[in-house]
Parts: sequence; C-alpha cells; structure tokens
Amino acid sequence: MYSQIVMDHFKNPRNVGELADADGIGEVGNPVCGDMMNIFIKVKDNRIEDIKFKTFGCGAAIAVSSMITEMAKGKTLEEAMKITNQDVAEALGNLPKNKLHCSNLGADALHSAIKNYLDRKTGKIKDLDWDRQAHLKGSGPEGCYCPYCQKKIEEESPFCVFCGSEIPHEHDH
Amino acid sequence: MKTIYLDHLAATPLHPKVKEAMIQHINTIYGNPVADYSLGQQAGQVLEQARLQVADLINADPNEIVFTSGGTESVNHAIKGVAIALRERGRRIITSNIEHKSVLNSLRTLRLLDYQVTSLDVDNYGLVDPAAVEKAITQDTILISLMLANNEIGTIEPIRDIAKIAQKHQVVFHTDAVDAVGVIPVDVKDLGVNLLSLAANIFYGPPGVGALYIKKGTPVWPLLDGGMQENKRRAGTENLIGLVGLGVAADLARLEMPARLPHLQALKERLTRGLWERIPDIQINGHPNQCLPHLVSVSIKYVEGESLMLMLDEEGICVATRSACASGSLRASHVLIATGLDFATAQGTLLFSFGRDNTEADVDKVLDVLPPIVQKLREMSPLYKKINL
Repeated sequence: MYSQIVMDHFKNPRNVGELADADGIGEVGNPVCGDMMNIFIKVKDNRIEDIKFKTFGCGAAIAVSSMITEMAKGKTLEEAMKITNQDVAEALGNLPKNKLHCSNLGADALHSAIKNYLDRKTGKIKDLDWDRQAHLKGSGPEGCYCPYCQKKIEEESPFCVFCGSEIPHEHDH
Repeated sequence: MKTIYLDHLAATPLHPKVKEAMIQHINTIYGNPVADYSLGQQAGQVLEQARLQVADLINADPNEIVFTSGGTESVNHAIKGVAIALRERGRRIITSNIEHKSVLNSLRTLRLLDYQVTSLDVDNYGLVDPAAVEKAITQDTILISLMLANNEIGTIEPIRDIAKIAQKHQVVFHTDAVDAVGVIPVDVKDLGVNLLSLAANIFYGPPGVGALYIKKGTPVWPLLDGGMQENKRRAGTENLIGLVGLGVAADLARLEMPARLPHLQALKERLTRGLWERIPDIQINGHPNQCLPHLVSVSIKYVEGESLMLMLDEEGICVATRSACASGSLRASHVLIATGLDFATAQGTLLFSFGRDNTEADVDKVLDVLPPIVQKLREMSPLYKKINL
C-alpha cells in the first residue's frame, strides 16, 4: 500500500517533538477527517533554523510530517512557502489516492507555522487556543477537503463540486 | 517471524477438514446439478448434503436454505427481495444505525425507488431497544432488518424479543447474522425470524459462499433472475465446491462449538484484562456480556488506528482498525460514532478477533509489543500532550 520511503519515514520519523521556544506554530487538520498535524519552527535570519512536528494520524500523515520537516529545514521562508503538498507526496514516492485527503497536510501545516511567525512579528498573534478547541471538537476552520483536488468541500457532500469525484462517507443512511 | 492472525471477522483460514473435502470434490464432482444424467445427479446429492448441513447448524428445514455468493448477497436478497415482493403493501423499512454496509447500501438503493427507511439509534453498548422498534412500526412497514451481532463491537442484539414484536405486527423480520452463525449457537426457530443471512468465511469455510434462510411462506422476490436453481429462488449454477466447503464447515462448527467457545472466551478475557492493566486511557467497546466471544474492540486514546495496525504488522500481528484513514473513506466508523464515541477516540480503534488456532502466547505477544507502540505514537501525538497539560 505504501512506498518504501513512506514506510521508512513512518517507522523512523525525523524531527518528532516540540520546540519550547518556537517562533511559529502551525496546526492543521482535525480528528473528524482523520489527521491532525502541528509544526513548530525556529526562525533565524529569515531561515528555518529548526523544525519539529507532532502528528495524530495514519502512516501517511506521520510520513508526510517527517518529510516536510526534512524539506523545510534550512530553507528561507520564501522558499518554504513555495513547497506544496504535491511536492511532499512526490518526495515520498507518492501516496495512495485516498490518503491525499487528510494525510497530505504537511505543506499546509508548514505554511500555517510561517504565517503564525509573521503574524507574531507584526503583532497579529493568531489565537491558537481557539483553533485547538475547534479541532478537538472536530469542527476546525480548516473543514473537509476533496481527496482528489484538495478544494474545500461541504462536510457531507457526496461528490466534489470542483472536480466531480465521488466522495465516500461512512454514514450514508 | 510467525504471523499471528487476529482478524477472524474479516476472514478465517480454511479448516483442514474443509480443505480436504473441497479438494476431494473438485477432482470428482463437476456435473451440473440440474442435469438428469448420473453425473449431474451426483452433484445434486452433494448440493443437498451441504444444504442439510447448513440447515442443521441453524435448526432450519433444508428447503428453507438458499445458497448465495456470501453474506452480502444474502443481505441484498433478503432486503430487496422483501421490498419488491411487498411493494403493494407498504414502503417503510426499519433498521438501526449500526448495520453492516450491505444493509445500509441496500436501503440506499431502495430509497431511490421511493421506499422510506427508519434507522433506529442504539445505546452506548450498541443495543437496539425493542420498545423503540415497536414504536417505529407504522401501517406501511413491511420489513425490519437488524443484525444479530455487530461486526465492529460484537454486541448481540435482542433479536428474539424484536422478532416477537415483528410477528405481532405481521412485519417480516430479517436478521443479518453473518458474524454470529458458526461462532455462537444460532437457532432460527428459537429466534423466530423470517430471514437470516450467513456466510462461510466466518467459520473456517471458503469466501464467496453463504446462505439465506427463508422461513417457509416468507414473501421474497429473487435477487438474481435466471434459471430454476435453488427452487427458483436464486438463479445461476451453484458454486458446488464452495458449497461443499460451507457444508463441512457448518458441520464442524456445530460439532466443535462447545470446545471452541470457552477457548475463544478465555483468549478474549486474557487480552481485555491485559489491555486494561498495561495501557492507560483506553476504552473497550461493545456490551460487556452480551457480546461475541471472540472479539475485542479497543479504542486507544490520542493515537490513530492505522498507525497502530501498521506497527503491529511489523511485529507479525494482523489486526483490523476502524479508523477513517484505513477504511478508504473519510469518516470514522459509523458504528462507533453511533455508540457515542467522539471522533478522535473512534480513530484509535483496533479490532481483535480470535480463532481456533490462536493461543495464549499470541495474546501475550500482543500485550508485550502493543504498549510500547502506543507510547511511541502518543509521544508523537499533539492530542496526547494537550490533554495531559
């Protein structure tokens, strides 16, 4: 099911943990859709000097988290903002199609951490606690995304209005 | 590394005697049971022998057994067959929120054809309240379909009580007993149901073979149209070798059940006790007593089931998970959510189901390797830290 690179990052994840003195914290996903990812960054001279992650999720989610930290480390903020979820999936030797939905959130989490860093710098501190409560309740502002084209969709929609893919839901009754 | 197989609800290995019987017949029996020459008649005898064996397992009359391609077909046949047969009488069907997908999706199809579905809530153990069933019955209710034992949490429903209610209101009652027949004693006369679905691969028979019990006089239209096989109730040449396997497996289930049950129960208790002792913050799902004897559904908080499953697989242990990620869909198990579990906890659910080959050593291996795996994943989980701040 998973590529060897995915299994390697899943079994031996890089950069697990938190940074107590993080300059930016990113948080995406929610347990309703499957996965939740936190990214912590330390920024020096406009570069990501250190990065760590914590993830609640499947094998793919953990591998994605591990891979994004490897890809972002040492990059300038501009370079890091250009990394896409697609890049991460490719670096992992691709992910199963249904995993692109919840699990491939690495770049989003990284970008969220960078935005958080920039907001802090400009005095607009994102209210992480609010985010957190919403996530735990399972209705975060991130909502649900189409697994195939990544656009935001309605929670219960049977198909994606953007790309037309059918979206399976467990409670169809 | 020895593989420890703990997913007997998904499939079971063939019983050696089942395998032996199938191999023996695949070499000799190839006639079509509908043919009148002797080779066809021999095949017919084999078929009727299997029917008798299945009937004996559930205390039915042999001519009340219709062979199918498995549990899913049996359920589809029962639900759609009654809906079509009774379409003039009414259009409402009652079910519950924790049924198998074959039930849910059969009903989804019927809704397209203007049937209405009442889906009943369950309590925290997954039990359907018989009084709620009675309350839900309306003038136009034609069918009640409720499972005998749940395939995710193992809870055994009060089918006998509900069947009495159905009978009182003259509503046809189908029970999806796929995960119960061959595991626990099931007696259709005692239960009082009209229809019952079963599958061979739950009790050491081959996959792709099952049966539908149709009580004499129950109005059921065929699902598959064609020839006159199965007394005109299910067309298509029978899967003879598979049915030999089903028959022998049914025989063995009946004979070996008294020995199998305490063995399974002991393994279940050993695992449950060990999990409680060794892993904090867990929940065991399903009814504490009224439950399948071979199933343990455990929700491990702050971690996700697929990760657990993959790491156990590395240790040679095969288990099922009920997380959204592993299901191929985007949602956590509808059964666990229906019993009141929150989404995050439902995501961390593992499903162990034991079989006749499992040993205490298998359970001990799980109890050795699982706690450090859980700890490793919890260290990685943002939910763990937040809740223990």
